[in-house]
Amino acid sequence: MVARVQIPRQAKRGEVIEIRIAIQHPMETGFRYDLMGKPIPKNVINNLSVRYNGAEVFRAEMSSGIAANPYLQFWAVAEASGEFVFEWMDDAGQRGAERAAITVNG
Amino acid sequence: MGTPARRRFISVLAGLAAAPLWPARAARAQDDPFAPLVRKITGGAKVNSGRVTVDTPRLADNGHSVPLKVSVVSPMTAADHVRSITLLSGRNPRPLMATFHLGPKAGRPEVATRVRLNGSQRVLAVALLSDGSYWSGSAEVEVTESACLDAS
Repeated sequence: MVARVQIPRQAKRGEVIEIRIAIQHPMETGFRYDLMGKPIPKNVINNLSVRYNGAEVFRAEMSSGIAANPYLQFWAVAEASGEFVFEWMDDAGQRGAERAAITVNG
Repeated sequence: MGTPARRRFISVLAGLAAAPLWPARAARAQDDPFAPLVRKITGGAKVNSGRVTVDTPRLADNGHSVPLKVSVVSPMTAADHVRSITLLSGRNPRPLMATFHLGPKAGRPEVATRVRLNGSQRVLAVALLSDGSYWSGSAEVEVTESACLDAS
């Protein structure tokens, strides 16, 4: 699964930073049929968690109500230099992960 | 000056016409498509309206991907923050669209995403604060081309 994560490379301590993630995924609803008339099974990214230096700052539980190629934008307090780890899993059991480093000054 | 039989027949007709009106009107007064689901989420706790804003375009020409932003009024400190935000759809086959878990480390009680909407509807967001209270806000979205065509 291809994903793109955007966070600022640098921040001041205590600054609230914007985090954005977009994952390439069909978010299959389970209501569609393929060309042979067979139902396409539901397959959505049901869980996405974001950890910042080991502590969870954000978690999303999603259903088919989230559009294909799910995009999320949220915020976090920059506390210390380190790493954001994004991990997710879909109904088919496929996992994905992405990392992003941040330098916190001051 | 009708016969008794005719009078009885007419009164039965009138009764038939009037009877179903009352329950229908009573049901309409408290007709909230979200109520059962919200009760399930909150466990029957009271949901206050306010503090939660749902931002969407008033008119979306495509229900497959509608930008949506939820924000809550909260200082986001360790003592007073938003614990979770749940997004509910008034018309989707799966009305529970997503739940976002936040905490004091989130800094700002705001999440933006893109949702799928099965036609014009009201979207409701329910926020759970750290003091255990629930707050909700909603937005009306007009969708010209709905998603999930096969389901509806």
